[in-house]
Amino acid sequence: MINLTIDNKPVVVKKGITILEAASSVGVHIPTLCYMKLDDMNIENKPGGCRVCVVEVKGRRNLAPACCTEVAEGMDISTHSIRAINARRTVVELILSDHPPDCLVCAKSGDCELQDMAHNLGIREIHYKGEQSTYREDTSPAITREIDKCIMCRRCEMMCNEVQTVGVLSAINRGFDSVVSPAFEMNLDHSVCTYCGQCVAVCPTGALTEVDETGKVIKALSDPNKTVVVQTAPAVRAALGEEFGMEAGTLVTGKLVSALKRLGFDYVFDTDFAADLTIMEEGTELLSRLEKFLGGDKEVKLPILTSCCPAWVKFFEHQFPEMLEIPSTARSPQQMFGSIAKTYFAEKLGKKRDDLVVVSIMPCVAKKYECGRDEFKVDDNPDVDHAITTRELAALVKLANIEFEKLPNEDFDHPLGESTGAGVIFGTTGGVIEAAVRTAYELHTGKDLPRLDFEELRGMEGLRQATIDFNGLPIKIGIAHGLGNARKLLEEIQAGKSEFHAIEIMSCPGGCIGGGGQPYHHGDAEVIKKRQMAIYQEDKNKVLRKSHENPYIIKLYEEFLGKPMSEKAHHLLHTKYFDRKN
Amino acid sequence: MAKIKTLDDLIKMKDEVQSKIKLRENSDHPENLIQVKVGMATCGIASGAKETLKYFVEETERQAIDAVVTQTGCMGYCYAEPTVEVILPGKEPVVFGYVNNTKAQEIIDKYINKGELVDGIIPISFKTIDE
Amino acid sequence: MADFKMHVLICGGTGCKASLSEAIKTSFNSTIESCELEDDVQVIMTGCFGFCEKGPIIKILPDNTFYVHVKPEDAEEIVKEHLVKGRPVERLLYKDPKSEENIPTSKGMDFYKKQIRIALRNCGFIDPEQIEEYIARDGYMALGKCISGMTPVDVIDEIKKSGLRGRGGGGFPTGLKWEITHKSQAGQKYVVCNADEGDPGAFMDRSILEGDPHSVLEAMAICGYCIGADTGLIYIRAEYPLAIERLKVAINQAREYGLLGENILGSGFNFDIELRYGAGAFVCGEETALIHSMEGLRGEPTFKPPFPSESGYLGKPTNVNNVETFANIPVILNKGADWFSSIGTENSKGTKVFALAGKINNVGLIEVPMGTTLREVVYDIGGGIKDGKEFKSVQTGGPSGGCLTKDFLDTPIDYDNLVAAGSMMGSGGMIVMDEDDCMVSIAKFYLEFTLEESCGKCTPCRIGNKRLYEILDSITEGKGKEEDIERLKMLSNVIKDTSLCGLGQSSPNPVLSTIHNFEDEYKAHVVDGKCPSGQCKALLQYVIEEDKCTGCTLCFRNCPVGAITGERRAPHFIDQSLCIKCGVCYEKCKFDAIELV
Repeated sequence: MINLTIDNKPVVVKKGITILEAASSVGVHIPTLCYMKLDDMNIENKPGGCRVCVVEVKGRRNLAPACCTEVAEGMDISTHSIRAINARRTVVELILSDHPPDCLVCAKSGDCELQDMAHNLGIREIHYKGEQSTYREDTSPAITREIDKCIMCRRCEMMCNEVQTVGVLSAINRGFDSVVSPAFEMNLDHSVCTYCGQCVAVCPTGALTEVDETGKVIKALSDPNKTVVVQTAPAVRAALGEEFGMEAGTLVTGKLVSALKRLGFDYVFDTDFAADLTIMEEGTELLSRLEKFLGGDKEVKLPILTSCCPAWVKFFEHQFPEMLEIPSTARSPQQMFGSIAKTYFAEKLGKKRDDLVVVSIMPCVAKKYECGRDEFKVDDNPDVDHAITTRELAALVKLANIEFEKLPNEDFDHPLGESTGAGVIFGTTGGVIEAAVRTAYELHTGKDLPRLDFEELRGMEGLRQATIDFNGLPIKIGIAHGLGNARKLLEEIQAGKSEFHAIEIMSCPGGCIGGGGQPYHHGDAEVIKKRQMAIYQEDKNKVLRKSHENPYIIKLYEEFLGKPMSEKAHHLLHTKYFDRKN
Repeated sequence: MAKIKTLDDLIKMKDEVQSKIKLRENSDHPENLIQVKVGMATCGIASGAKETLKYFVEETERQAIDAVVTQTGCMGYCYAEPTVEVILPGKEPVVFGYVNNTKAQEIIDKYINKGELVDGIIPISFKTIDE
Repeated sequence: MADFKMHVLICGGTGCKASLSEAIKTSFNSTIESCELEDDVQVIMTGCFGFCEKGPIIKILPDNTFYVHVKPEDAEEIVKEHLVKGRPVERLLYKDPKSEENIPTSKGMDFYKKQIRIALRNCGFIDPEQIEEYIARDGYMALGKCISGMTPVDVIDEIKKSGLRGRGGGGFPTGLKWEITHKSQAGQKYVVCNADEGDPGAFMDRSILEGDPHSVLEAMAICGYCIGADTGLIYIRAEYPLAIERLKVAINQAREYGLLGENILGSGFNFDIELRYGAGAFVCGEETALIHSMEGLRGEPTFKPPFPSESGYLGKPTNVNNVETFANIPVILNKGADWFSSIGTENSKGTKVFALAGKINNVGLIEVPMGTTLREVVYDIGGGIKDGKEFKSVQTGGPSGGCLTKDFLDTPIDYDNLVAAGSMMGSGGMIVMDEDDCMVSIAKFYLEFTLEESCGKCTPCRIGNKRLYEILDSITEGKGKEEDIERLKMLSNVIKDTSLCGLGQSSPNPVLSTIHNFEDEYKAHVVDGKCPSGQCKALLQYVIEEDKCTGCTLCFRNCPVGAITGERRAPHFIDQSLCIKCGVCYEKCKFDAIELV
């Protein structure tokens, strides 16, 4: 412990921490802009670039950036001396002087950290005006870049390079012209971008946002000739409440259903149903590969990797094209849902697939890209027409004058709205594999699971592993969230060093609950952890918690698909991958 | 190229290669050295100054005398060619006339090595170009 | 081997090479051959002599004759007259500007008289591509002494005792830096030579690398021995092709002799050196940015601490020194710390190399003892201001430095005095300005440089400098307001106070120092709408004096924009709203009727 003075108050703080952390520990909040730290998730952005957090340290020649200056014994720090405030305000004014004054119409208005900063510092005038940077807008299937609004905080760059190891976004050019961009200012859709959306999740301004598809959804809803079916992903119900001022981790499943019905969707279904279906297919595939492998079949590739996450799929298509046979061929729940909705369910309604519009509410921006992939279209008609994010749904709810907090709880429609706890936990890291284990164990051993909660598979560690005893057969399971962690596991496989039988991979830190389409966490890791707790709570609340016990799934196989991995199932629920190296 | 294996080898090599730049080292500090300037204008060359120059260079080297032997222009004593000017450190220049190899040997042995004057000194009444 | 009786030294620095010194060498060689002198005369291409104003330069030894502005066709005359007959070629000798007399040897020139060459000791003296010549000048002797008999701590103590401070700009004590890196615990450490010279007009490091590459290699190996590193890296800008070439030759020769590599001189010490090329970014002279660039990352600085001495290249302890600093090391160890510290001032020991440029007669590279006054540099060595104009200011420290007025001419140059005077040592750029230079434009010029060279990482440097520039630009465009001076000061101080690295922290220095020393000139621009030195076009007006104008119509006919009107044989008139201030009328008028006001 060391002694120092912060704003005239003597304090005792831990050794080795920064001024920012020291101040925070004694209730002094120093404003920051580029700095971001997700505690316990090993994610930190500390370029020391924005210079908003500068404080005055007695005896020091210049001001010290609080985010990266370590405390020292006897330091006398003033966080609000006139010199510090003047510098801080000038720095923010400078940023504003090179920022479009678009607040009134900016997608990020009200949720923008720069706007908040200017407000909190009481900036009423920009004293230094001059040339403003202008760049062309870049729109991809999932992410829009309006880099006039980039303030060079480099958070997106850190996520893209260090956390995701995708390496698309980095600072280019020099001086006033420097900006974060793909190499050679190419468009995102020409790059190896996975559309994981973690850049969007951390962008403090409106420079990176999801492609807004609310307009298309409104148009579909107002078309009397269309039957509009909506599915909502598991992670959405654990986060949507935040958009309406509710505490992070508040489950709003019933209100969500209610809101969707009020918005005018004809059928409100649950992606969790499709998650159960995924388990049937993926779990069966795992067992079949495993049994062949144990039977000595040299052709069989293990481990099997999950394939629910579209950013992860695009990642390995670009980065590991020589390993395309390893991931499960099962489509993601979103796409399984779309496929079943436009066949099985359309038949039930007696409608043609063209008459149906399938909308999905996703915590994810990559889902926008996924539903546009050619292999998920039949005669150019996509299985899922529009994928909108949790944030876009919140915008629609507000637009429709719905007071979300006051909504009653309602239930999903049938038949595609029934789900088990296994489907719910798809929303968090570790959940897909836990769901798969619950089913694969019982199918393989023919016995009931003695317990359903696999604590050893849960948590927030970036890389986790566990061995599950399948009645005498030890099954080794690996879990990675964040593509950088996924890369490590893939490199092990490539080197022939992997001992896992099955690996779950989710692109976003925390899994879908931390997705790029979720309400902004603004650097607070607690938000993501609370969402995770909510997901597991929802699982506990369910009567059925194993996918293969979902009565509507059983019925679907009886009535339509036959059995898992059947030819029809293969046709509708499985996919193939493409080499995107070049 | 053979590797230099020890510090002693390096010192030995330095001694060997030093002669390569000795001329430059010496001319950088002429005031500390014996300077021998041989008049090498047409008149001097015609009277065998080239031979004299060569003799001085070789003899000072043989005797390991730290001397700079240079050529210079006509000193104006064409009647007494070849003429040689010798400057000992800290002393006034002395000009010798009719310097053939024998005379050169004498100048080296007596004046340069012992500081004794020898016959044939021409009184100087001009400034050299170096000053 | 027969020793040569005469040496012809030809400057092979970048500047003289550009002026055909290679062709001069060829020409010398062929004439020498035709005169059958090849056994008597050796032609050597050396590094820079420093007196670049007069290049290409040829020196004839042993008589030390110094020829200036030599052309390839002059070789024949020099050989036939000087080498054969001993008659110097008078027309090619250096002429003293004051006495108008020819000065045949460099020792007689004011340019060289006050110089002491330590870092440049071998430049213009040895053939940089011959390791033997370096060895003959005590080369690698210091390394040999260190690794054969001294402990790293002994060597570090000697360097500390010498008082040597970093010549790259910061002036950090070199011995102390080595000591810190020495004490860092790590299996792998690195020695890095910062050869990313970037100040406008500066070429100290380039000249050392071109003229004496081995001294840097030797010093790096000594440093490696001291800190416990077996690998050295030279970060050099790719636009220094000659320096790179000479370094490559030098490294190969040193390896062949076993002076780099495994078990050097049988001591068990291993050290080798590799080159790393930079793309010529000024900010990569900042050590953390340099290291990132070497790692293949974007060349931008990171917050210190951690300093490279704790965590540098690839996260390992790394000692970064600049070229000139390294070039001093072997001499200090050969001649002793006491000898070195006897040169210079109280807290700045030894010499400093400066690249002298601007409105000065003797442009070139000089090395003077610390404590030499600016006046001695400008007037004695530099030969005073060009064309007899009035001295106005000298800018030291490159874009991070300040502009000093004539009040500082008698300030002895050292680290502390320059800082006290509002400038800094920097890496050694020294640009002299005369009465025709507009100080607002000078500040703008430097800021334009920083603007282009900023990495863009931190807000104050990225946007703040842009805004500073824009304010200065508006002042030179005649759109300045009085409060702009205060705004410049305010913003400059915030930029200094908040920028991430030395580049941003010092970028407003030219602005602040020109405001401090030449506030009147700023006021003239913003209050009176005048540029006193007549440099800011927008603040100039060309007017026709009626009584002098004969109505010859010459100006009318030459004006490219039709701004001049008037009847033949009657006084003409310039419409200021149309005038683009090109000055054509002013030049054309035969009656001095057009005035600049």
